[in-house]
Amino acid sequence: MTEQTQDSTQKMNQDVKAVADKTVKHSPLANEKIAIEVEKLNLFYGDKQALYDIDLHIPEKKVTAFIGPSGCGKSTLLRCFNRMNDLVDIARTEGQIRLDNQNVYGPGVDVAELRRKVGMVFQKPNPFPKSIYENVAYGLRLQGINKRRVLDEVVEWALKGAALWDEVKDRLQENALGMSGGQQQRLCIARAIAVQPEVLLLDEPASALDPISTLKIEELIAELKNDYTIVIVTHNMQQAARVSDYTAFMYMGDMVEFDNTDKIFTNPSQKKTEDYITGRYG
Amino acid sequence: MSKKFFQGGQHWVWLNAGAISISILMVVGLLLLIAYRGLIHFWPADVQTFTLNVNGQQEQVLGEIHSHEIDMLDGKEREQYLIKMGNRDMYGIDFRWLNLDSIKGTEVHEDVVVVERREWGNVYGFVKTVNYDGKVLKGDFDALEQVVERATDLHEQIRDIERDDIGGINYDIEQLRLEERRLEIDGNLTEEAKADIARRKQERQQAFLDYQAQLNDLYGQIQRDSAVFELVDGRTISVTANNMVRAFQPNNMDALDKTGHYFAKLGEFIFDEPREANTEGGVFPAIFGTVMMVLLMSVIVTPLGVIAAVYMREYAKQGPLTRTIRIAVNNLAGVPSIVYGVFGLGFFVYFLGGSIDDLFYPEVKPAPMFGTPGLIWASLTLALLTLPVVIVSTEEGLSRIPKSIREGSLALGATKFETLWKTVLPMASPAMMTGLILAVARAAGEVAPLMLVGVVKLAPTLPLDGNAPFLHLERKFMHLGFHIYDVGFQSPNVEAARPLVYATALLLVLIIIILNIAAIKIRNNLREKYKALEQ
Repeated sequence: MTEQTQDSTQKMNQDVKAVADKTVKHSPLANEKIAIEVEKLNLFYGDKQALYDIDLHIPEKKVTAFIGPSGCGKSTLLRCFNRMNDLVDIARTEGQIRLDNQNVYGPGVDVAELRRKVGMVFQKPNPFPKSIYENVAYGLRLQGINKRRVLDEVVEWALKGAALWDEVKDRLQENALGMSGGQQQRLCIARAIAVQPEVLLLDEPASALDPISTLKIEELIAELKNDYTIVIVTHNMQQAARVSDYTAFMYMGDMVEFDNTDKIFTNPSQKKTEDYITGRYG
Repeated sequence: MSKKFFQGGQHWVWLNAGAISISILMVVGLLLLIAYRGLIHFWPADVQTFTLNVNGQQEQVLGEIHSHEIDMLDGKEREQYLIKMGNRDMYGIDFRWLNLDSIKGTEVHEDVVVVERREWGNVYGFVKTVNYDGKVLKGDFDALEQVVERATDLHEQIRDIERDDIGGINYDIEQLRLEERRLEIDGNLTEEAKADIARRKQERQQAFLDYQAQLNDLYGQIQRDSAVFELVDGRTISVTANNMVRAFQPNNMDALDKTGHYFAKLGEFIFDEPREANTEGGVFPAIFGTVMMVLLMSVIVTPLGVIAAVYMREYAKQGPLTRTIRIAVNNLAGVPSIVYGVFGLGFFVYFLGGSIDDLFYPEVKPAPMFGTPGLIWASLTLALLTLPVVIVSTEEGLSRIPKSIREGSLALGATKFETLWKTVLPMASPAMMTGLILAVARAAGEVAPLMLVGVVKLAPTLPLDGNAPFLHLERKFMHLGFHIYDVGFQSPNVEAARPLVYATALLLVLIIIILNIAAIKIRNNLREKYKALEQ
């Protein structure tokens, strides 16, 4: 990027923020319990800043969608919630993310423990090359649960929760890699809910799937929000509109607008949001 | 047409196909040659009587045609046969070149007898008398067969007693001597201990005397029988039963007999110990040593290589230092193997082995126990030699595990180590097996370093036997590769040994192939289990 364009984008960001600050008074979450609080979160990849002063509240047992053009930082933000960004050597964060009133970036936080509380499903289905049963039992075995009876119970419960039980109950011992892409993704969801997390992060969970599988995943999300706080990143605005209760629009590392999904898609308060939603860019 | 041919790149296709064909032909040709030359050796050839006219004198030679050669002498073609005529103790040599021009006639006598002996090679002749159970029988091959049968039976008993029972007693007595010496060094050699050891020694010696009496009896039996053979030139030769291994009449055998004889010889080659400076008998100790050493090497090199690779790929900070180490490891694979042998001798044998002797076995002095070439040092040296291969392929395998799988595991609350142990390492196991396959292929064929760190021409005992602690890692061992060299070049009887060179080479190739196939089977199973990495 040339200096000139960098300057201009930064200027643009500042403009956007100035407008956003004004409207923050309007609080869409007045009636919700808050699961995650993000406060002044900055994230750097080496010298490059990827997230700018993010402030955000994620409501409990609702679906919150992150939308925005490619490279706007929505996946990066999502990966902050369970500290998956720690895997990138050069990543560095400032600010706080509070889950259960505890800063996940605070000193002495057990990352493995955090990730048990904050489950994640990735863009591409990534089942382990093990049996279906062992995939679901993986997280439990990590916690030292090896009793066959307990495992059987939880595996069945999780697979039912992921709407997969009827399809696979007769072939639990078969390799998970023999399933279709949509089934694999639901298996990944089952695997994530088997450890009973509080929050479920979905990173474009349907982008690699066919329309029918996508539909199934969306139906599943609607089911799951009764029990879990769900944060979903998606490229597909129709999907965001269909599945989410709240939507956050991000642009170039900034949180431009956060509101009820209905409001974002029908009457956004920011020009940028409107442009994006109406397809001017993205 | 030719323009089209070149434009389409057809000439390159033909060139590649040609190169591959030549390679395959060379490999197949090599295998066929050693297989043919090695396997034909065990087939009983006809023994013919050649009538010669040398310088106007009639002479008869009895033997089998070993090879055939045409060479040029003074511009004239000269055709010659190499005849194996045996009876080394009578003739001084057991092979002789016969000029085809000097051969006046050949006959095949049905009653020619070949006797394999424990010493002095084969006898080729005719049965004159057989001394069986004190009776003298004339010209009776059946009686000779009985003699041989009983001789082999007795010999087996003698060998069992000598090797297992008396060998065990000798081992025990040596252990008692070491125990006494150890107590003496520690200053604990009290009168009671001394008496106790003396008593146990006495016991073993008594057992030894019992066995010796049995042995004397057996030797008496085996030496009682004998046979006298008449050679083709009219001289006679007497052979005691003690010295007989096998007797047969090759000219009197039908195809079935010959096949039976062939497989008996082949079995002897694979399952028996060598005789007569390795030129006769079998190569079992060498097979055993080779396989044992390769297995031990695998057991050492796999964990070492995998741990090193895991550290370098998963834990070490990637930078100039790791890059340098990686280059160094790759270069280690290119170091000539004899250099590893020298290192093994200097470091493992003299330094490590010597230190072990000093620290743990002070009683064996002045004779070294671990401070001398042995199986463990040979395996360690080869493990070092093959370490780079295992490291490189394991690293390769680790780097091919998709990031998404690791993230999936971490996102479920697994620590880095749990992710490695439960998911990444199993998935990388086919790559580790690939490394091991390459390592085994290289190690099994390596000879040069072994000559410095543990291989010998003839090992009196196997590294695995019935005496506690059963596995004797400090012992010297035999190896097929060195056996080939020894038989081919260090043998007192080159002509007799040459077919064995081919047979041993074939066996070595077969063993390497078997070891590889086993490893490849395991790898394919693992691959099947952890397939579909590529999606």
